[in-house]
Amino acid sequence: MARLTVAKTYKLYLGGAFPRSESGRTYQVHDTKGSLMANAALASRKDARNAVVAARSGLATWAGATPYNRGQVLYRVAEMLEARRADVVELVVQSRGVKVAEARAEVDAAVDRVVHYAGWTDKLSAVFGGANAVSGPYFSYSAPEPTGVVAVAASSASPLLPLVSAVLPVLAGGNTAVVVASQADPTVAVTFAEVLATSDVPAGVVNLLTGDQAEIMPWLASHGDVNGLDLTGVPADQRVALERAAADTVKRVHSPRREPDFTAAPGTARLRAFLETKTVWHPVGGISLASGSAY
Amino acid sequence: MDLTYAPALESAAIAAIKPRYQLFLDGAFVDGGGDDLTSVNPATGETLTTVSTASAADVDRAVAAARRAYDGPWSRLGGAERGKYLFRIARAVAERSRELAVAETLDNGKPIRETRDFDVPTAAQHFFHHAGWADKLGHLGLGPAPRPLGVAGQVIPWNFPLLMAAWKIAPALAAGNTVVLKPAETTPVTALILAEILADADLPPGVVNILPGAGDVGSAIVNHAGVDKVAFTGSTPVGKRIQSELAGTGKKLTLELGGKGANIVFADAAIDQAVEGIVSGIFFNQGQVCCAGSRLLVQESIAEEFLERLKRRVETLRVGEPLDKNTDVGAVNSQMQYDKITGLVEVGAEEGAGVWTSSCTLPDRGWFVAPTLFTDATASMRVAREEIFGPVLTTLTFRTPEEALAKANNTPYGLSAGVWTEKGSRAMGMAAGLKAGVVWDNTFNKFDPTASFGGYGESGFGREGGTAGMAAYLDTDDEGAL
Amino acid sequence: MTPSSPVAAPVADAAADAAELPAAVGLGGTDNASLRVFLEGLPAVDPVGVEARAAQLATRSIKKDTKRALIDLAISMVDLTTLEGADTPGKVRNLCRKAVQPDREVPGTPSTAAVCVYPDMVAVAAEAVAGTGVKVASVATAFPAGRSSLEVKLADTRLAVEAGADEVDMVIDRGAFLAGDYATVFGQVEAVKAACGDARLKVILETGELATYDHVRRASWLALLAGGDFIKTSTGKIAPAATLPVTHVMLQAVRDLFDLTGVQRAVKPAGGIRTTKDAIAYLVAVHEVAGPQWLDPHWFRFGASGVVNDLLLQRRTQTQGHYSGPRYVSVD
Repeated sequence: MARLTVAKTYKLYLGGAFPRSESGRTYQVHDTKGSLMANAALASRKDARNAVVAARSGLATWAGATPYNRGQVLYRVAEMLEARRADVVELVVQSRGVKVAEARAEVDAAVDRVVHYAGWTDKLSAVFGGANAVSGPYFSYSAPEPTGVVAVAASSASPLLPLVSAVLPVLAGGNTAVVVASQADPTVAVTFAEVLATSDVPAGVVNLLTGDQAEIMPWLASHGDVNGLDLTGVPADQRVALERAAADTVKRVHSPRREPDFTAAPGTARLRAFLETKTVWHPVGGISLASGSAY
Repeated sequence: MDLTYAPALESAAIAAIKPRYQLFLDGAFVDGGGDDLTSVNPATGETLTTVSTASAADVDRAVAAARRAYDGPWSRLGGAERGKYLFRIARAVAERSRELAVAETLDNGKPIRETRDFDVPTAAQHFFHHAGWADKLGHLGLGPAPRPLGVAGQVIPWNFPLLMAAWKIAPALAAGNTVVLKPAETTPVTALILAEILADADLPPGVVNILPGAGDVGSAIVNHAGVDKVAFTGSTPVGKRIQSELAGTGKKLTLELGGKGANIVFADAAIDQAVEGIVSGIFFNQGQVCCAGSRLLVQESIAEEFLERLKRRVETLRVGEPLDKNTDVGAVNSQMQYDKITGLVEVGAEEGAGVWTSSCTLPDRGWFVAPTLFTDATASMRVAREEIFGPVLTTLTFRTPEEALAKANNTPYGLSAGVWTEKGSRAMGMAAGLKAGVVWDNTFNKFDPTASFGGYGESGFGREGGTAGMAAYLDTDDEGAL
Repeated sequence: MTPSSPVAAPVADAAADAAELPAAVGLGGTDNASLRVFLEGLPAVDPVGVEARAAQLATRSIKKDTKRALIDLAISMVDLTTLEGADTPGKVRNLCRKAVQPDREVPGTPSTAAVCVYPDMVAVAAEAVAGTGVKVASVATAFPAGRSSLEVKLADTRLAVEAGADEVDMVIDRGAFLAGDYATVFGQVEAVKAACGDARLKVILETGELATYDHVRRASWLALLAGGDFIKTSTGKIAPAATLPVTHVMLQAVRDLFDLTGVQRAVKPAGGIRTTKDAIAYLVAVHEVAGPQWLDPHWFRFGASGVVNDLLLQRRTQTQGHYSGPRYVSVD
């Protein structure tokens, strides 16, 4: 007699833990043949609220880490994702019914994407900041800083690569994220959360909600403690209301006009969308009194 | 010796204010379809000039003209030639600086010392700086060939009328866009003198269109379907409305909104210069500055002595006739602003914030507000949270750096902050921890076109100046390629 | 404009109070340790900030009656100075005549405050200005370097005072100051003050050698607490001599002392003040940094020579209504 498999319960990822939805709700996820893959947590408004609290509490640690440290942690994510490659490929195949080669290509691209962003953390200041040649006796520099808590609606174009492509630039800049996964692919998304949880990513840095983006995103778009929104995964006709809600607290909104080609080499728009430029000025002088004679 | 300075009045005639100004539309000065507005000299309350305003049809015409210019001559020109126009404009602003300074003082109410030494030279500098970017866009770090966005709709405030026009127009043109700009209803004059400079510079028709008017004109511009990019500087409520109205349009938006900047004085600060910095932080331009240091956070151990020094210094501020070269604090811009400021001062007094006002005598006409301190405010008072946008400083105390940081960041705004300490590590630590787009260590209110300026949170998004300021006017949305 | 903060009634020329000043400001003692605690505990001066403030105040536009009044005030504040190895009795007498009556052709021109000479010329000068109200100031204490023993400095001082000097311009030991030996500087100022008797003591900090505004502030307080009636910037032999921002720092020191104790002391920038525009910029600083009560020759002086002729030319322009030329005022 065949062994009965042990089915996995897919839960949310909040503040470094994997709780069920506080609402107790779940939804069934089926593979392309119609078989039940899993029950996934159907996140609620309150889960979203808890996720924002977790993301806010994770921010000081993550934004305060050195860029080198953030880069190492993100590279560790790539290592762990690579280690879980077979699992994730299988889930992608199940979830989308794609050929194994195609699923492998997606997972490989996702690993490489993580590596790409792991290498960005300590370059951002050089590329998007620097010393300003101001016309006065001041040292002035501008440097990018994280925007804060970013809510991400992951695109469902495919199970993994759009998710990774949205979350990693947010993290590379030092932000923390509340991610609403593609409703169709919670198993892949939660598995990615497990990768994060085992990769030295501090608790609260990424908080993953599964369920209905259309239900959850309005709460995040209007939340006073969310600083940025990535609406890539939201259909165009639903974006207007979210962008309006975002305006109430002047959130930064990344709402790409074109459907992204997730397989293409990344630019920097996603990074810059959630970076604030801070300019600091400080007087320069105090070496001699001679400069004062030229009043 | 009892010394009173004899009046040192700059001549109003230098501004050569015309009896009436017109729209600058498609390279020509034309009457608009809107009702004329009256611009008033805030120092006297008297009419300065009459200005034609735009109608919705004029906005259509201006956007169409900007589009034609964008599709035609302006895009064909190439970066180097675009830059030469901007250099030419920079020079012309400098050449007409005295006229512009006097006109700005007459129209805005700010002291001639500021328009002469800050507004006008900094406006010229913005054109000069951005001119050089026009043929170097590939070096901005935004990819090898960032492209302009198209027609930029720009709405600017009344607190730095000419300078804000320069902040908006210079990067827009350097990046290759064309412009439809609305100056503030109460301060349209210098933007229209700038229009004369643009015309004299032979800028192709339609590249810049300047449409005076009230909020309806601004709304028509930012919501116009032919506008690709919107840049707004003004109040947070209006900024929120614009962001909301633009939802789903895909227009690139930058907002430079209000603030409630903290100016933090530690016990080890260079006290005399800190006093100067606090004074400049809140009384520069009558405090009508989005990045004003309107909240003084002073370490409790020196608070009493510091406030005495501050009061003594504030007493020496010369308040009055803006055209007098020795005036430090001029008139606030309008009756509306006067009412708002004095209303909030009353609120603060009722809240028990401890009002102290300079004993200076105010002119018997015009909108003048004596420099005012709230000496004993608490964090929950309205005057500690709301932007007053006037010469009114709210004082709070703190005990530790951590408390200072927490109090400074305890605001939905995040535009500016000042830190006064002789301890380098703490200055850097505070600068790192402050959620503000600009942090001035041991100085305040310094601006430069090379240095990005803009806010966190409800102070807006996007930057002006520096490479980040150029990014706001370029299509860097590389999402198509991710 | 009146200062808002309540201040004690000024104690003019509070020689008797000099001994009490250190205690009044909280100085624990006059040993090096106590002086270090006090002087190095003074608030720092941000150089860029003070220079920016000085530059901004220098843009004040002084016109018409105010300008006329300040020109006369400036003339009356000048310590007309000759400090040359080649000084002769004749040169000094000429200088004295100029001090008493700077512009013979324009009645009403005020005298300068003083003439300033080397100790061996004091007698000549005292005779030349006797009865005119013009004071005789003498440099002393091994001016300008001050590199000699205290005995020599005191002897130099006594030489000047006994020859009739009303005021003594001493130099501090900059070497001792820079070495952190504040007690030596304090002691020397105190001793010279005692040797001055009734003569007022100007303490030259030689700010150009102190090199930082923080040092200028500390040296100012040191000199004031040790009994100096004036703090003076420079000998005129070292560049930079007086500058506006340095003078701001010194004006702030006397103002702070006044606020703290009610004791008023005087300031004298010296060297580098050449034009009427320069002089007026200094007087605006006196007015707005220290306060109007310092706009008096008793409380503020210019150590200068050349500036007088420019002041006279400007005075003629103001009174005659047309520009004058350097050939019309005397070169002495």
